[in-house]
Amino acid sequence: MIPELGNFALALACCLAAAQAVLLLLGAERRDARLLAMAPGLAFGQLIAIATSFAALAWSNAISDFSVQNVAAFSQSQAPLFYKLTGTWGNHDGSILLWCLVLAICGATVGAFGANLPATLRARVIGVMGAVAAGFLLFALTASNPFTRLSPPPMQGQGMNPLLQDPALAIHPPILYLGYVGFSVPFAFAIAALLERRVDAAWGRWVRPWALTSWCFLTCGIALGSWWAYYDLGWGGFWFWDPVENSSLLPWLTGTALLHSAIVVEKRESLKVWSVLLAIVTFSLSLSGTFLTRSGILNSVHAFAVAPTRGLFILALLGLVIVPSLLLFAFRAPILAPAGLFAPVSREGAIVLNNILLCSIAAVVFTGTLYPPFAALVAGEQLSVGAPFFNSTVLPLAVPLVLAMSLGPTLSWKRAELFPALLRLWWVALAAAAVGIVVALGWHGLAALGFAGSTWLILGAIRDIAARVRLFRLRLSESLSRLAGVPLGAIGAAIAHAGLGVTIAGISGMTFAAQRVVFLHPGQATDFAGYHWALTALDRVPGPDFAAEVATLQASRDGRLVAVLHPANHTFPVQGTAVTDTAIRTNLVVDLYTALGAVHDGGAEVRLRYDPLAPWIWLGALVMAAGGGLSLTDRRLRVGAPARRPSLPSPPGGGRRPARAAG
Amino acid sequence: MRRLLPLLLILLSALPSAAAPPTLTPAQEARAAAIGSQLRCLVCQNESVEESSATLAANIRQVIREQVAAGRTDHQVMQWMTARYGDFIRLDPPFNRLTLLLWAVPVLAPALGLGIAFAASRQRRPPPAPLTEAEKSRLATLLE
Repeated sequence: MIPELGNFALALACCLAAAQAVLLLLGAERRDARLLAMAPGLAFGQLIAIATSFAALAWSNAISDFSVQNVAAFSQSQAPLFYKLTGTWGNHDGSILLWCLVLAICGATVGAFGANLPATLRARVIGVMGAVAAGFLLFALTASNPFTRLSPPPMQGQGMNPLLQDPALAIHPPILYLGYVGFSVPFAFAIAALLERRVDAAWGRWVRPWALTSWCFLTCGIALGSWWAYYDLGWGGFWFWDPVENSSLLPWLTGTALLHSAIVVEKRESLKVWSVLLAIVTFSLSLSGTFLTRSGILNSVHAFAVAPTRGLFILALLGLVIVPSLLLFAFRAPILAPAGLFAPVSREGAIVLNNILLCSIAAVVFTGTLYPPFAALVAGEQLSVGAPFFNSTVLPLAVPLVLAMSLGPTLSWKRAELFPALLRLWWVALAAAAVGIVVALGWHGLAALGFAGSTWLILGAIRDIAARVRLFRLRLSESLSRLAGVPLGAIGAAIAHAGLGVTIAGISGMTFAAQRVVFLHPGQATDFAGYHWALTALDRVPGPDFAAEVATLQASRDGRLVAVLHPANHTFPVQGTAVTDTAIRTNLVVDLYTALGAVHDGGAEVRLRYDPLAPWIWLGALVMAAGGGLSLTDRRLRVGAPARRPSLPSPPGGGRRPARAAG
Repeated sequence: MRRLLPLLLILLSALPSAAAPPTLTPAQEARAAAIGSQLRCLVCQNESVEESSATLAANIRQVIREQVAAGRTDHQVMQWMTARYGDFIRLDPPFNRLTLLLWAVPVLAPALGLGIAFAASRQRRPPPAPLTEAEKSRLATLLE
């Protein structure tokens, strides 16, 4: 009964989404006040329907209702409740339902917070989101229905992929989806603006918080995925340039560009056409990121989600969203005339450079990811495009980007002088150069470049805030009181820039990582990376739905015990697979990393790693997201949003009215 | 004989793989590791030979070390690998007619971006449209 209710709610959601699209877009075209007023109601209705459907699936998972095919295929009765629940989205059908749920949440949020939007704009935004939702709900309903029943039901389910039975990976998809799908709002705003024939400062202001929120979630989602790869796959890698990783990086890159160009739209009424295009491209990349990787076209470690038979439906849907959007853009973009002029050397100019470089990196990653299937299709040749290619091509583009990141905030809007700006950064540059030289003297050129860049970013961010409070120019108490007056947006931006510096430091530190694989019997020990590693025990321990081989390793330094680590191998009898469970001791500067290999002849192969600065990679991402979050609380974004006074008649043909730029 | 050579090499290299790994100097080991990280593990698809725990990857690691110990250059080892497994094993794709576009994008993309930005900044902007009568009267009332 519950699954049928879920199925019904899913169908209802699909109808509501279709109604949302047709009624609201029509209503906006005809300026029919009754239809326009339905926007929030329809969005809430769709959310309630999908939430019901999702809850029904979660319930079926929780009670292990194996008459539901999806539950039987991906769950089993002995699994802990937490993994039964997260198993709801740990498979293709369920993850699409989650995707639709997040889209509905975004739509309802626009409905809830959009009271100060012009009625037609709000209706069009929600209408566009309804159109996207209708397509994917139809897909969920027909091609990948999670509520299909099995008769007769099996006694036991086949169980979840053991790799997914991990706390970080369990919350990874919802966070990543909040990021991916959140970009549907800037996308809907872009399409709505093209339909309205109007993009102005207010548009930039409405879009920016959405882009920023999605960006924060996407940053966290990518970092979580990378962290999981590091501690779960068992050899200490944190970024593979795998197609699925790349396809989450692509919207992050263009989304970061959008985040910055929207500032220019808001403050200077420039880069409007470009920002609209970025919004469309970012969501298109998000869509391909979620779905192209599951169509089986790309060769990826995320094989659990591959469903080749549905590939065609997904490709058609992608085409239906992306092609009309780009066509609409091509026809309507020339209408959007730029207003603010700026010199090449200016804050706007720096943001344009940022956009060019970010989009170039995105282009490189895009080409590299899609080239193997392209080569197979065109020339029938098997090619690999892997880490060496991406590292060597992305680095030359990342270096000027990092340079511009500390320089940009020192430039004034509209017109700036390069030389005085560089002078303001003299001590930052000096420190970065000193760090670079010291590391280069060691031996590693790339690490030197990385640490110099990291210093440049972190000190550059500090300098930005210090200059704003006139630190050391005024008395300290005065500077501190000025700190309260600095816009949170500026502080958030500085923190986010510094966060990237922390991540870069972590990545650079990992170039000094060392590892050793040794075969030890209990009682034996080895010396590695300045530590004495002793294998004291090797046990078999039963788990809830797996059997485990657990090693006990003692790492000591100068005769003092530093850490006791328990790397393990988990064997899952139901799924017939084994996963490694690494043990890591971190002091936030260095990771001692151990993984258990093959166990035989009473001994075990252990992989020991010494990973300097590894935690900083993900801490940096958290700092970036925190910076983004802090910017979100900026009064200017919260209250200021708003309104073109509705009392003024709208001039026909989309004439521009200058909206007051903020601060 | 030339055609037999790869076969011979395979046979020769297959024999000692069962034996203990050759002892390498630290410099040779670093070279071997660098070569290994350029090769794709053919079983697990997205890990390099150096990182993978698959048996095939372990065998290839062994072959690399034996060849390095035998004094072959990086280039020769790579050639041996691509001759045997095809370009698919190279994580760094070769530069040829097929991959021209792939290697051109990192140069073309920023060039195109800068070109567009330059063109856009040179574009002459139309002067602002003159005020209509209604706007003029509104301006007058606002200024008063």
